[in-house]
Amino acid sequence: MTSYLFIFLAIAAILATYFGMFRARAASVPAGRARMKVHSRPIYHGLNAAIWTAVPAFIFLLVWLLFQNSIINQLVISSFPGADAMDSAARSLQMSEVRQVASGNIFRQPTPEVSAAAEHLRSLQSTSLYLMAALTLCIMAVGAFLGFKVIGPRYRARHSVETAVTVFMMFSSLMAIIITIGIVGSLVFEALNFFARVPVTEFLFGLRWEPQIAIRADQVAGQGAFGVLPVLFGTFVISAIAMIVAVPIGILSAIYLTEYAHPGFRAVVKPMLEILAGIPTVVYGFFAVLTIAPAIRDLGAGIGIAASPNSALATGLVMGVMIIPFISSLSDDAFAAVPRAMRDGSLALGATKGETIRKVLLPAALPGIIGGVLLALSRAVGETMIVVMAAGLIAKITLNPFDAVTTVTVQIVTLLIGDSEFDNPKTLAAFALGLVLFLITLALNLIALRTVRKYREKY
Amino acid sequence: MSTVAVATSTNGSATSGQRVNWHSDEMKARRKSRYGAERRLKAYGLAAIVFALGFLAFLIGSLTLNGYKAFTQTVATVQIDVSKAGIDRDNLMDANWRDVVRDAFRAQLPDLNRRQERAFFELFTSSAPFLIRDEVIKDPARLNGPSTYVIPLADRADQLAKGEISRETPEAQRRISDEQIGMYDQLVAKGIISTPFNWGLFFNADSRFPELAGLAGAISGSFWSLLVCFAISFPIGIAAAIYLEEFAPKNRITDLIEININNLAAVPSVVFGLLGLAVFLNGFGLPRSAPLVGGLVLSLMTLPTLIIVTRVSLKSVPSSIREAALGIGASKHEMIFHHVLALAMPTIMTGAIISLARALGETAPLLLIGMNAFITSPPDGIFAASTALPSQIYMWADSPERGFVARTSAAILVLLGFLILMNAIAIFLRQRFERRW
Repeated sequence: MTSYLFIFLAIAAILATYFGMFRARAASVPAGRARMKVHSRPIYHGLNAAIWTAVPAFIFLLVWLLFQNSIINQLVISSFPGADAMDSAARSLQMSEVRQVASGNIFRQPTPEVSAAAEHLRSLQSTSLYLMAALTLCIMAVGAFLGFKVIGPRYRARHSVETAVTVFMMFSSLMAIIITIGIVGSLVFEALNFFARVPVTEFLFGLRWEPQIAIRADQVAGQGAFGVLPVLFGTFVISAIAMIVAVPIGILSAIYLTEYAHPGFRAVVKPMLEILAGIPTVVYGFFAVLTIAPAIRDLGAGIGIAASPNSALATGLVMGVMIIPFISSLSDDAFAAVPRAMRDGSLALGATKGETIRKVLLPAALPGIIGGVLLALSRAVGETMIVVMAAGLIAKITLNPFDAVTTVTVQIVTLLIGDSEFDNPKTLAAFALGLVLFLITLALNLIALRTVRKYREKY
Repeated sequence: MSTVAVATSTNGSATSGQRVNWHSDEMKARRKSRYGAERRLKAYGLAAIVFALGFLAFLIGSLTLNGYKAFTQTVATVQIDVSKAGIDRDNLMDANWRDVVRDAFRAQLPDLNRRQERAFFELFTSSAPFLIRDEVIKDPARLNGPSTYVIPLADRADQLAKGEISRETPEAQRRISDEQIGMYDQLVAKGIISTPFNWGLFFNADSRFPELAGLAGAISGSFWSLLVCFAISFPIGIAAAIYLEEFAPKNRITDLIEININNLAAVPSVVFGLLGLAVFLNGFGLPRSAPLVGGLVLSLMTLPTLIIVTRVSLKSVPSSIREAALGIGASKHEMIFHHVLALAMPTIMTGAIISLARALGETAPLLLIGMNAFITSPPDGIFAASTALPSQIYMWADSPERGFVARTSAAILVLLGFLILMNAIAIFLRQRFERRW
């Protein structure tokens, strides 16, 4: 039904364009007189009519669809007997049961209240649907009337269309700000909810992360601990291993490709390195679990260290490989930005190519390389699928790379996977972790961009 | 050359004003070590590249080795005469298909006792009755006489056929008994076992049984998500880029927008998942696991990159084009939409396809909005619950059954195939249509 409305709007817009053009052509040649001078070409009149016809109705439809579910939920739950006494958890649980019953998935005989609420929900849903369709068609009709009324030789249809397009473009460019506000807003809002239950100091400085919560109120191991430090520590252990793999390999391969390699070799090898960055991370995760982790365990057994099946080393190694092309191409840019004269000067003094690279190019390109490494580090910290599949779940403060550690992203995903209700500290903790992750990556990015920019101004 | 005086205070052998004997042993040794360092640096660089590319080859190779077997499926071709089985023709859905199938299996190897029979039935997929039922409902003519049915073998027999389970392993350590192997060999001797191409991998939906699990649901879920993602991010991304590149005044708001775009491009994908969960699911009450929400989240993720790509390609259109259009009386909008945008379009399309390919491989945000549900039918639109290709890979990778290892690798190969296809289209567009000014 809803999709038909959208299709109907699209067809109406196309028809309005066509008939608008037709009307405009007719209006430019009034009966019995010579052809008049018109302001806009017929296509603009058509487009103007189409905009009037479809856009207000489309916006109305979107807004209605976005808000109808939450409003209907509110109405149903507030009419439910004893709704005032329920907390939000009980409310959402009750609501999902009502929804299940209303959509016909009945697992056990519902109570009369639930059946009544389901009936209420269904009637509200169908009312909403018909009301939405009727109002949309009304708005469309009014829009079409207004749009066609203005068609005439003197009407500045092109200006009107161009203004509409400009408004759309301005709105689109504001999207970047809207998205950022949405991210920060939702993270901060839910994190504040979390900090209302768990003190900030405990979260920031606690040394235990055990996000189990009591299923029954009288359970002994009820509380759970939400100290973020072990999780952060694990994140940095894995990222550090990844950087140890990626930084030397990335920089060395960039050096070889920019300074030594034959252009043909470079043209073949560089895109192949980029493939490493294009492989989805879930593939790396599966590869780490299937191949690398057992190999690391065998290696550990070979040198007499008991390696965990989710060792930080396997995870970090695979993540490092994923990051290689990133560091390689950013170092490449940094080397390319060093002025030719510095290279030539060094070579002319009799330095070998290698000496030029080590003593002239590297120091000159260092800020750019550091910026790239920081960007790569931020990517490693925020990387999710590899660690979700290959790293451990237990938060532990250890430097042993053969041990299993957990990361911020692993905890976010495991806390939120499956059905989640927004009322217990376990779910909200994920948003607090998300906020920490967002702030860390934001800081790394800002520092990196600043480093790169500062360096660019130098030459 | 050797007569040139060199002043080096760091090297004790040559003080100021003295001639250096470049042929002395000391200098030879020094040159040797300098050239050695040069060669070592070169070798390290080459080694780094070999390591990275070797890893890539190892990754692709091991996935192919693991996955290629899942592209075939061992099946048994069995003759069943449904007309003799006493099927309730008025209620085909709930008729006793189990006995039909069991009788057909019994006919293959008669004279088994009850215990042996149970072991024998374990060789075939346990969903065989449903497969037969669906075949008959699709083609009711089959009710009237004998016809052939293709029944996939269960995971354990499939793996035996493909050599994943070795016959040399002691019986206690493999999941198929000696007795069952004997029965399987009898079936092979009767010639009813074959291993055709596994079309089920592409046309079946998800299943708990590896022999029946396929990617149809995941592929169509990914398709709908990408469609939503494209429908939202493409117009908005281009509009935003045009505004910022051609119209926006240079002031603090546009500076803020640019900083935001650059930062958003580097925000971890899982954070976008949190946004989708909090705003789209919890705030607006949109349906969980729906491709609509997946597409919305992916579009927010691709938007910044798309804007950046579009701006670069708009910038590359030379100003002479703009001035010519304005000079013959086009309005600014006409100049942009009729000329600049048209000329920049191939590059923009290339960028859009590449960012869609990125979105196709994105998993983490989809997990948070529930696109990893177990759903046994493909979605019929953007509101139905579904999975996506990468989240299906994640789910299969987590499944305990041995048969899913090969399926996961095969699913990864399918995903990589789609990515290669999209990138190939992008490269084709770039080479065919892109202008160099």
